[in-house]
Amino acid sequence: MTQSAAVALDHCTIAFRLADGGSYTAVEGVSLAVADGEFVSIVGPTGCGKSTLLNVAAGLFGPSAGTVRIFGTELAGLSREAGYLFQAEALFPWKTALDNVAIGLEIAGTPHADAHARAEAWLRRVGLTGFGGRYPHMLSGGQRKRVGLAQVLIRDPKILLMDEPFGPLDAQTRQIMGNLLLDLWSADRKAVLFVTHDLEEAIALSDRVVIMSAGPAARIIGEWRVPLGRPRDIAEVKLEAGFHALHREIWHMLKEEVVKGYAQTGGG
Amino acid sequence: MRRFNLLVLQAAVAIVAVGLWHVLSTVPVFGVMLLPPFFFSTPVDVVLRVIKWFVEGTIWRHLWITLVEAVLAFVIGSVAGVLVGFWFARKPVVAAVFDPYVKMINALPRVVLAPIFALWFGLGIASKVALGVTLVFFIVFFNVYQGVKEVSQTVLANARMLGMNERQLMRHVYWPSALSWMFSSLHTSVGFAVVGAVVGEYLGSAAGLGYLIQQAEGVFDVAGVFAGMLVLAVFVLAIDWLVGVVENRLLVWRPVAADTRT
Repeated sequence: MTQSAAVALDHCTIAFRLADGGSYTAVEGVSLAVADGEFVSIVGPTGCGKSTLLNVAAGLFGPSAGTVRIFGTELAGLSREAGYLFQAEALFPWKTALDNVAIGLEIAGTPHADAHARAEAWLRRVGLTGFGGRYPHMLSGGQRKRVGLAQVLIRDPKILLMDEPFGPLDAQTRQIMGNLLLDLWSADRKAVLFVTHDLEEAIALSDRVVIMSAGPAARIIGEWRVPLGRPRDIAEVKLEAGFHALHREIWHMLKEEVVKGYAQTGGG
Repeated sequence: MRRFNLLVLQAAVAIVAVGLWHVLSTVPVFGVMLLPPFFFSTPVDVVLRVIKWFVEGTIWRHLWITLVEAVLAFVIGSVAGVLVGFWFARKPVVAAVFDPYVKMINALPRVVLAPIFALWFGLGIASKVALGVTLVFFIVFFNVYQGVKEVSQTVLANARMLGMNERQLMRHVYWPSALSWMFSSLHTSVGFAVVGAVVGEYLGSAAGLGYLIQQAEGVFDVAGVFAGMLVLAVFVLAIDWLVGVVENRLLVWRPVAADTRT
């Protein structure tokens, strides 16, 4: 299984050098495999290094120890197979929504007209027909996330890495975006590694939920399969008994870590 | 209606100011002329002078010379500023080495360079352009440098993840970011290009608005000085308006165009 896994982190330790000369170990000895077509969420308290782990999986930087394998090959440099949806604003503010979506194809050499036609189709799929001419600042937060989703998915990456992508959105919009994500994902199941601090969101979306301890030197402290059927509707799935049982079980463990995490970051 | 009220009030300020000027420079108060025409001229004389210049057509040559100087200073200063700004931002070692010298030259009031430029480049257009270039260059340079340095790390990471190579990053990320910073300082840099031209003319030349003012001053022709200032002010306003139009077109993607007018 580890051989064919889409993403396989093997005993990864990630440390940063600090300005004062010391070093900070964000994540220690994490092993995690995401199978092809599997939707895995990482949940943990604030500052536990979830995003760091994702950046390593993307190849934005390498682990201090351990290895990262993408479909069995060790990752050196940026992962070409992965699409990354960021938490912060990552669209090019000087490009229209359409150009933002098309750019991934254009830089890969797709002719302009072709890239634009496909970008148009993707805007339709994320529910933004007619918004192609708008610049990011003319779109709402949710619409920008839709553009971001289209921008990443148009390249058809085999792996989707998502760093609290719906974090800044309001509760209703998050739910709608979650359903949109599941819709798009079910069309051609990519391997998804989804980072969030929201346990409900994680359970509602995923096949498997991984819990991390509070940092520094965060580890994986638990792993649960989500026994809920698909296709799911995020609002409805939250009413199911299975959802509640699992939520209670995981929360019991997560709670302590959240308290620890808060103590370390001073409640930030 | 609101806009109309504003216009009325704005016009009222001008009418009161010019009216006061006119009255105080033509009607003695208790036997004393508060604004002696020799030092302050009168609004009527000033306007008549401006009209005379335009009717005789002598002003056009001076306007043209000043415009050419300002445009050349702006173009050369901007191109140099963009190139050096990019170079420094992408090569931190170069930036570090030159940092004290850049600061030193920028700290120097550029006016003191005017005599040297006149010596090197003569009394023609070139010395004024050189002075304008030293003013424009630093504004554009600092803005482009900032623009390249302050590209959002997330946008940069996103661009990399989407598969951009170094050249594509330059074209799709660094370049637009640097340009947006440069355009947001357009009012300032164009203004300084005009300042460079006029100050250069004032300090030694044979044509241009600065020359016109300096000549009038030399013969105590106060009406001529004020008329020159009036023409210069309208000239700068016209250029500023043009820059505003260009800016609005180029920065459509911005939430609110940053106003860096000084």
